[in-house]
Formats: sequence, C-alpha cells, structure tokens
Amino acid sequence: MRDAFIDELTTLAETNPHIALIVGDLGYNVVECFADRFPDRFINAGVAEQNMTGLAAGMASEGYHVFTYSIANFPTFRCAEQIRNTVDYHRLPVTVVSVGAGLAYGAAGYSHHAVQDYALMRTMPGMTIAAPGDPFEVRACLRWLVANPRPSYLRLGKAGEPSFHDDVPQVAPGEWIMLRDGDDILLSTGAALGAAFQRSETTHRGFGIATMPLWSMTSKHNQPEALAGHRKVVTLEDHLTDGGFGSWMLEAAIGRPDLLPRIESIALDPIVCGMVGSQATLNRAGGLTPPPAAS
Amino acid sequence: MHYGPISAATGRSTEDLARRMRCRALEMVTRARASHIGSALSIADIVAVLYGRVLRVDPTIPDHPERDRFILSKGHACVAVYAALAETGFIDPALLETYGAEGSALMAHISHKVPGVEFSTGALGQGLPFGTGKALAAKRSGKAWRTVVLTSDGEWGEGSNWEAALFAAHHKLDNLLCIIDYNKLQSLTSVDETLRLEPLHAKFDAFGWVVEEVDGHDHAALAKALDAASWPAGKPAMLIAHTIKGKGVSFMEDRVEWHYRSPTAELLAQAIAEIEGTDHA
Repeated sequence: MRDAFIDELTTLAETNPHIALIVGDLGYNVVECFADRFPDRFINAGVAEQNMTGLAAGMASEGYHVFTYSIANFPTFRCAEQIRNTVDYHRLPVTVVSVGAGLAYGAAGYSHHAVQDYALMRTMPGMTIAAPGDPFEVRACLRWLVANPRPSYLRLGKAGEPSFHDDVPQVAPGEWIMLRDGDDILLSTGAALGAAFQRSETTHRGFGIATMPLWSMTSKHNQPEALAGHRKVVTLEDHLTDGGFGSWMLEAAIGRPDLLPRIESIALDPIVCGMVGSQATLNRAGGLTPPPAAS
Repeated sequence: MHYGPISAATGRSTEDLARRMRCRALEMVTRARASHIGSALSIADIVAVLYGRVLRVDPTIPDHPERDRFILSKGHACVAVYAALAETGFIDPALLETYGAEGSALMAHISHKVPGVEFSTGALGQGLPFGTGKALAAKRSGKAWRTVVLTSDGEWGEGSNWEAALFAAHHKLDNLLCIIDYNKLQSLTSVDETLRLEPLHAKFDAFGWVVEEVDGHDHAALAKALDAASWPAGKPAMLIAHTIKGKGVSFMEDRVEWHYRSPTAELLAQAIAEIEGTDHA
C-alpha cells in the first residue's frame, strides 16, 4: 500500500502544485521518488511529530495540501492535540498518513501497534478517515482527498498487500463499494478487507463483501439506508472494538432500532495489546481472522 | 493597503494605543469575570507597537495576501489583541462588550473567527510550530511577508516549541520573529521556581537563532527591536522581551494572583484611573 501511496502522490503532484509531503524521519526507500522529483515540496521534519503537524497546518493555511507521513501511532497520538486544534478546528487541508496501521508491525511491539487510531481520529468533527483495503483503494482515496482537500487521516497497511479490485474504484465518504453482493454482507474498512475474504470462505460462507474506505462523523447519515438493504451486516476492522468502525456503524444506526439487530462487529480483542507476533498471528489471536480450525 | 504603521495613519502614538488597549482589556475581563488580565497587561506594549508601527496589515482587508502574519501563541492573553484590533479598525469596538458572552466570537482564548486573527490558540506550544509552517511556506513561494509569533515564557515548557526552535534554525527562517513575553511569572509561582528557563539567551543562541533582549514596555526600544531591518539574514529572530505581569496597574504588577483573578468594579475603576493618569508620551 505504501508503494501505491507514494506512486500516486507523486503522480498527483505533477499536476497539483499545492501538494507537499512532510515526513517524520521515516520513509526510507519509500519517499525518495517524491523527494527527488519535488525537493521544494518535500521536508523531513525530523523526529518531532508535534512540530511536523503544526508546521503542516501552517503551510496548509498558506495554500498547500500537506501530507504528513510517519508510522503507526507517531503521526496521530503523539500529536493528537495539534491535529485537534490546529488542523481539524481550523479545517486545514492536512492529510495525516500513517503506515503500518493495525498490527502490520506485529513483531515491533505495542508502541508500533495502531489499533486505537480510529477512536482518536473519528471524534474530530471535520476529519475524514481514509482506510483503504488494497493498493487500488489507496489510489482511489488519494485521488478523492486531493480533489477534496480537508483534514483527513490516511491509514495505510504496509507493503505487499494483495489487490481485491481490478481497477481503481470510485469512492466517497460513507459509500459502500460492493465487491460481491449478498443479503448478508461482510463490510470491512482498512486492511481488514483480506480478513473479509477469508471469512467469506470459512466462518461466513455465502456472505457478500463490501468495503468502505472513506468515512467520517458527517457521513453516518446514509448508513441506515445502506443497512436496510441487507439482512445482516458484519463490520470488520483491524482495530479494537471500542471506538472503532463497528462502533461508528452502531452509532450511525442508533436512531433505527429496527436495523440495530442486523449489525455485528468483528474487531480486535484487547488481548493483542502487548502481544508480539506476525500480523497474521496477532489478527488471529485478536479474533479478526478465523481460527485455524475454521479454515 | 497602507502597509502599517497604523499610528502614522491615525496620528496616534503607540503609547496612547497601549493605554486604550489596557483600559479595554480591563473592562472586558471585569465584565466577563474572566482570568488572565495580568498576562494581557504584560503584552499590551508589545502588541501596541506591533499593530501601531511594525506589522504590515490593512484593517479594511484583514486577510490581505501580502500582510504580515501575527500569531498570539499565549491565547489566554487575547483581550490585549482583541483590544488592539478594535482600536485599529479591524473590528467594531462594540464587539468587545460581547467578550466571553454566550455565542460571542470573542472567546476567552484567541479565536480565528475574529477578523484579523490568524490562528486560534489556547493550548500552549502550538503557535510557533504553526508560524514556522507559515514562514517556510513564504520562503518556498518567494513571499516577502513576515511571520511574528508572540509566546509566553511558561509555554517554553512545551516540547513542541523546542521542536519548532530546532526546525526554524535548521531551515534558516529569517522571515520568522518569535517574541517571548518574559514576565517571569507562571500560573502558580515564578518561572524560576517552576521550570527554570535560564540561561534563556544562551539557549536560543545555541539553537542557532539571533537573540536580542528588550525592555518590553519601552516603545522606542520595541519599535527598533521589532523592525525587520534590525535583524540579520540567515537565522530566525528571537526577541526576549523583559516585561512585568500586570504592567500599568500598581496592585497587579508582578503579582501571581492576577493570572486568574478578575477585578471587582471598584478595582476596575482604580486600575483605569491609574492607567489614564499615566503619561508615557
């Protein structure tokens, strides 16, 4: 996903002179193509995420669309107040990019496990979350964000994720992208899309698959209508249940008691907090992917 | 756009501007039963000289693209800036009467919803990183305007300020001026007893800034120190302004309790009488 990100961003920057990239001393062997092509619009802010975010907002207030890039929790929790007050409150076009979301850095330990980031970012009124499920969705989200500059959070996996689309899909906040229709639906956001496919062949045979890479506080309103078209909707996310995507969907349906029983949530159990292992191991331990017996 | 000096345009001295600002700030804080009057009086002279003689701004076009950008990082001292904006024609002076009232744009920490205000603060340590981004944007797009950030002394406890200090020097942002309102008092006690900043001058020197010190209540000295021409190229500028918290009101000066206390009507009248009786001109 990160390769699709930098490739697409570099392409978009060819025609959009406002795009700038600030990295927090991370992105070795990833960001060079952008840095070499646009040295005037690339900055390594050093290991200083609070300043990186304030700096990005200052530049954004002067016409740039700034992407801040770091890994896991560093561009989010470390500078949460800067995102809240400086970026979101002022409605500035800063896209916070985190690579290695979920448990992608499984062996790196808890510091690198981004499993509470939705909870933080989705409480900010102007924030749009972009959580692509494959490299095509990365490109789709980036194109949408560049066309609609705003406070935003782009949550990337790591590298080598499979593609689930044949081409770049059309995306919009709150819109479900149907990959396989069905009365019962596995609805994923972010890198949980792979888990949805696994589940559809094991624990949830016969379920259709949909993905929603763009969502926000303000795109809840059309969820009841989307939910009404299905018998059951199971949300999937590589994030803790609390404050996550499934919680968001339940909030979206709170005014429709008839729809609430249709929603189920598969998310990570907090047992994974502090556990070390590969992403696959931890996703299984946390209950996102099915246990081996089911496969 | 007349490009500042507003005092030249109005024929008023910055000392007169500061006196009016102090009175208005006291009235606002008393009416709203709000805090932080000591902090506002501390920066009144700096803000008066900035708006009166230094900043290139146009009250009729507050968002003029070529304006200098002024950021109040110590947002709790906003009444000084609101008063300056009212006295220099950015906002209707009647708006000041709504300060702190329900639904008012004039919230008790500086708000970008007020014409002429670049940036909302209130959480300390956020103005300088933001201003650094503006200064970098100006550099990279070849703009001539300056960015001026006014911080408190206590907020240099925030690590984000030191991150920005490293960054601004590394990128040679000589279009950035940071002023520290060094009144040496924080919320509970002195800076020295809270989290010592000294040797402050040497610290910024070592960080790669050009550092000057000034009496933060001497208008002639401030006018010279705040002038872009007073600073060399190639480094960001740090002006340590030695100030007195509560300046201008005898019973508030250098008294920590006026960080939070709000004057009674009787004390307000006494304070106004003291200020109006003062003649700096």
